[in-house]
Amino acid sequence: MSNIISVKDMCLWYGEHQALTNVNIDIPGNSITAFIGPSGCGKSTFLKTLNRMNDLIPSVKITGDVKYNEVDIFSKDIDVNQLRKEIGMVFQKPNPFPMSIYDNIAYGPRTHGITKKVQLDEIVENALKDASIWDEVKDRLKKNALGLSGGQQQRLCIARALAVQPKVLLMDEPTSALDPISTSRIEELVMELKEKYTIVMVTHNMQQAVRVSDYTAFFLLGELVEFGKTDEVFSEPNDKRTEDYITGRFG
Amino acid sequence: MHKERVKEKIIHGIFLLLGLVTVGCVLLITIYLILSGIPAIREIGLIKFLFGKEWASTAAEAKFGILPFILTSIYGTAGAIILGVPVGFMTAVYLSKMTSPKIKEIMQAAVSLLAGIPSVVYGLVGMLVLVPGIRKMFHVPDGASLLAAIVVLAIMILPSIIKMSVTALDSVPKEYEDASLALGATPVETYFKVSVPAAKSGIAASVVLGVGRAIGEAMAVMMVAGNVPNMPDSLFQSVRFLTTAVSSEMAYSSGLQRQALFSIALVLFLFIMLINATLNFFLKREKE
Amino acid sequence: MLNKSVSKKRKYYELAVKTMMSISAIVTTSLVVFLFLYVIVKGIPNISWELISTKPSYLSERIGILPDILNTVYIVIATLLIVLPLGVGAAIYLTEYATNKSMVMVIEYAAETLSGIPSIIYGLVGMLLFSNSMGTCIMAGALTLVIMNLPTIMRTTQESLKTVPQSYREGAFGLGAGKWRVVRTVVLPGCVDGVITGCILSVGRILGESAALLFTAGFAHALNGFAEGLTSPGATLTVALYVYAKEQGEFGVAFAIAAILMLLTLLINYAASCVQRYYEKRRSV
Repeated sequence: MSNIISVKDMCLWYGEHQALTNVNIDIPGNSITAFIGPSGCGKSTFLKTLNRMNDLIPSVKITGDVKYNEVDIFSKDIDVNQLRKEIGMVFQKPNPFPMSIYDNIAYGPRTHGITKKVQLDEIVENALKDASIWDEVKDRLKKNALGLSGGQQQRLCIARALAVQPKVLLMDEPTSALDPISTSRIEELVMELKEKYTIVMVTHNMQQAVRVSDYTAFFLLGELVEFGKTDEVFSEPNDKRTEDYITGRFG
Repeated sequence: MHKERVKEKIIHGIFLLLGLVTVGCVLLITIYLILSGIPAIREIGLIKFLFGKEWASTAAEAKFGILPFILTSIYGTAGAIILGVPVGFMTAVYLSKMTSPKIKEIMQAAVSLLAGIPSVVYGLVGMLVLVPGIRKMFHVPDGASLLAAIVVLAIMILPSIIKMSVTALDSVPKEYEDASLALGATPVETYFKVSVPAAKSGIAASVVLGVGRAIGEAMAVMMVAGNVPNMPDSLFQSVRFLTTAVSSEMAYSSGLQRQALFSIALVLFLFIMLINATLNFFLKREKE
Repeated sequence: MLNKSVSKKRKYYELAVKTMMSISAIVTTSLVVFLFLYVIVKGIPNISWELISTKPSYLSERIGILPDILNTVYIVIATLLIVLPLGVGAAIYLTEYATNKSMVMVIEYAAETLSGIPSIIYGLVGMLLFSNSMGTCIMAGALTLVIMNLPTIMRTTQESLKTVPQSYREGAFGLGAGKWRVVRTVVLPGCVDGVITGCILSVGRILGESAALLFTAGFAHALNGFAEGLTSPGATLTVALYVYAKEQGEFGVAFAIAAILMLLTLLINYAASCVQRYYEKRRSV
């Protein structure tokens, strides 16, 4: 299995404060990788580096190498919008735009130049089907997306991300704002999606990491402490700190 | 890809320009006022201009002393503050702390109406109610006077003072007040010894804002103050403010007289800038 | 101990302060009520269909304020058309584009300065800047009003831009949208309420303005169409009120205009609070 994202000696500062120190990781394609660790450990920050969402914060400074398909994502020749089309993102809180369900899904394709109605209709339908929400919303595509329930909104946001046909999907604690039933629906969905996509997911819920992911990375105080196959990390961690964390001794 | 980036750069540039329009306007106003205000001051002499007690712009031997206008503006503003601030401040405390939300809403709507009434309407009512009223009450030949202007200005600055003070008082954390009440202070004592001091920067800013409004008001004052360039020796004198000095002669002025009017505007502008700086000082403190 | 009330001194203090507050509140309220009723009672009887539908004529010694009404409408339209793109654009720059903090501070300070400058000074500068080159006309007055209302539009737009959730922007960026597309499709629709509120406040300010217009737009009462009106001098309602009251002693007409202005002010305040309430409700859903 080849690595789709590889990171070498990456450091990140917020102004004077160093948030990530020498992160090295190779993320395999068509798999689910979970980032775990106590809050404030830098896992979300790291996730947002992968599609350069941190660009939006002016004080952020990054050193080191991040390669996506062997290409340096910080290179001058890279168009950040194109990068984000390839590496999509789902946020912690569902954030549908205040538009109709249809327009939410069509937003991405339209952004990237697709205007034909027939083509859009097809993309919208497929994205909603892939996110297994089609049956719930197919009769009200023109209704405002803010009228959906929290769990539906999050699946809508996943569909919206899928509609631009990304290769990688970054998910920042996608179930932390949801109830248990919605959470399990999203977990099922994520496991189906790995057929077609590479998924990197931040979670604070270790059971979720065990249930869903193939690989797990443990972050602590801005450092990547341990990374490996999920069952190995959880059954026989190499690092004492990982063991302490997964056995619930802190955090 | 490259084209897209150029487009974004251009759009960024356009918005930057739109943002800079404000700065351009301020510079333009400042430069224009200075350029057009300086010549007359040069010709008349700064001391003679600022401290001359006589203004006779159309006399055979023209005199351009604006001390009467400066003093009138200062006295008029001070008078308006003395009358308006206590009423406005007390009303603000009442609205913010003492009354029910329903009454507060209605009264705030009333205060907004007061703020929205055009100044010429104040002038009109002042001309027909206040001016004759002063004439009858104090047995003076003409009621168009400094006093009439002060009363009109005091009413006109009320909304600024009330609105801003209420905002400041409303944002005092309830915990402060609870702490004071828990120590056995009465509600009124709490409001005046805890809430008001906590909101003092905002209240001070409201007063400064009132000063700015009063010193800058032209039309209402023009309609009730009489507009004779007297020294403001008494409350019942017909007087001319800095603002009305500019507007009352502008229509028919020419030559040095016209230039002198620009110089008056420059003096007024400097007063306003000073007041703005003070206001900003208080507002910044309020934010902290 | 508990049934002993507070000391006499404290009781008197309480009573005195409470009395002062009540008196102040009553003074303020009765001022508003008096002003409103006085103007309405004196003004309404003078409003007639003839007054608002004709122009003044020296031959028949008739006064009509139709030209003044139209001039007011023209100047409001012209001002808003110019100030809206400027003010909204500046607000967008400040909240969406600006990365340099000192630049933001300079622009915000400039806006605050503009809002503190009295209208008589605007009138003077407007006369020098616009009327001297294009003549005394409605357009010169409108341009002056544009500078005056720029801070209002900027502030209300900026405030509502700040209420657009950051998550909308993130969501759009995360889909690979460029800055301009994010601003146009996700941010701008969210600040409609601020723009509307700004417009309403500006209309109120334009209606009430006189000192800035006297020397820029003039005080003619000719009846013109829109295009012609912009390039010829003309009095707005407020300026007309001043001229009729101060220069011509026509108090009946002045009060009629005052009553109209008073009712418009009431309407504008009501509209502004309605817009605010409507959007607050929508946002909390």
